[in-house]
Amino acid sequence: MKKPYQKPSIIKLQVGLLRDKKSGLLRMVRREIDGVPVKDLVRRFGSPLFVFSEKRLRDQFRYLRRLFESHYPRVELSWSYKTNYLDAICRIFHQEGASAEVVSDFEYHKARRLGVPGENIIFNGPYKPREILKQAVLEGARINVDSLDEILDLEEIARETGQKIRIGLRINMDTGIYPRWDRFGFNLESGEVLSVARRIAAGDRLEVAGLHCHQGTFILDPEAYARAAEKLLRLTRKLEEEFGWNIEYLDLGGGFPSRSRPKGLYLPPEVGIPPLSEYAERIARSLLLGTMARDYPLLILEIGRALVDEAGFLITTVRSAKRLADGRRAYVLDAGVNLLFTAFWYHFRIEIERELPGPPEPCILYGPLCMNIDVVEENAWLPPLPRGTHLILSPVGAYNLTQWMQFITYRPRVVLIGESGQVEVIREAETLEDVVHRERIPEHLR
Amino acid sequence: MKLRRLAISEEGFIFDPETGNSYTVNETGLFILEKLRQDLSPEEIARLLSQEYEVSPEEARRDLEDFLEVLTRYGLWKEPR
Ligand SMILES: Cc1ncc(COP(=O)(O)O)c(C=O)c1O
Repeated sequence: MKKPYQKPSIIKLQVGLLRDKKSGLLRMVRREIDGVPVKDLVRRFGSPLFVFSEKRLRDQFRYLRRLFESHYPRVELSWSYKTNYLDAICRIFHQEGASAEVVSDFEYHKARRLGVPGENIIFNGPYKPREILKQAVLEGARINVDSLDEILDLEEIARETGQKIRIGLRINMDTGIYPRWDRFGFNLESGEVLSVARRIAAGDRLEVAGLHCHQGTFILDPEAYARAAEKLLRLTRKLEEEFGWNIEYLDLGGGFPSRSRPKGLYLPPEVGIPPLSEYAERIARSLLLGTMARDYPLLILEIGRALVDEAGFLITTVRSAKRLADGRRAYVLDAGVNLLFTAFWYHFRIEIERELPGPPEPCILYGPLCMNIDVVEENAWLPPLPRGTHLILSPVGAYNLTQWMQFITYRPRVVLIGESGQVEVIREAETLEDVVHRERIPEHLR
Repeated sequence: MKLRRLAISEEGFIFDPETGNSYTVNETGLFILEKLRQDLSPEEIARLLSQEYEVSPEEARRDLEDFLEVLTRYGLWKEPR
């Protein structure tokens, strides 16, 4: 009988490289997602394939709600649409009780279409077209204002509708983190907020009912939220005293990290990323210490990444194997940066659908695009991969299905594994017709 | 020929006394190195590989070429002219 075959390999030993090889290997195999074999998923739905776990989505929402509610009495969790606005995903979070955080006319329309009433929508963003802004006012959405020009628009709408409009102010401030997103909203330290507040009070058509602050994304310092909360509370007191407004909510935005590994973070996520409970504790402590017991403001969180990232997987297939001029192995996958926008900033966990013989070697994973930038992972350690091997990349649930692009090739199916293990398509694969049906050929080119 | 000077252990540990570099090879890699040291041609080695292991002659040939290329890059082997 013939012996089982392994592709021949030779690896140059470097000090330190053999450390931890075994434990790394054990974690590299993933045969199933929520009990459904990866092989079956590919056979039924093709490759590449985005796979979402309903169980993970619901579990994570419930976990975060319990976490924040166990630290602070009044919490509203809002689902940040831009992170992943597939209908099925939004439905799940709305069923769990999330409101909708939207930043454009498109996202506002999408939330309304899904049956979310205006009063359960938080409308943010630096450009809110006049028409949708008016609709949001009439439907009672929470509007967080980004600029003075938007205040002028809202005053005009207030004149038209004859009502006083309650608004939130987006505030940017120094919370000790870098980069500082100071292009959004009004700056606290410079005094801009107060002068804008005076302007609003003098206009007498708007009333400030909330303060908003979204500092950025994947924020690794829980203390930054505590500082934001403290500063907003101080500002609340000042605005209430000076203008007689009643500030009902403090919205600390999103930005909580997932278990992804940003490039430049060298520790594994389990070590380098603070647990979400730390964020909840710091925020709650600041708010409880700074408030009188009877008037706790509503704490709103607009969570994107931390809710959805780890519920999403991408199954992709090795389509060819290469050897680069420097001797490294390289593989061409059927999914590239066209589908994985976040590959520019994050390292994915890379798992193989079955055990493969052979020692892990350094290799590069390329996508299928004919562009040099199409690199999914520039430094993976994998055993030699036969053509046709399926890889499972995660976490990919956040920002990829909204920022992916129709470029060079079609976008694949997205499926959801339901809680009882059934698999359903939640977005069909793109077809030629989908791509071309908005194009028009002028008469003289026919 | 350089290959003959290499110290190769049965577990696939390789030491190059000329450069001080060391390497590991897996079982089939070791198999190929031994055959190369016996001056067998790549064609013969690929044939032996597919006799000894569960692999088609075509795949063995392709993998062998790949392996030889790595050996060449590490300066351990030169294609005979
Ligand atoms: C205003 C606002 N809220 C919430 C979010 C969600 O952020 P994350 O996905 O980091 O939680 C964003 C993301 O850019 C945002 O701009």
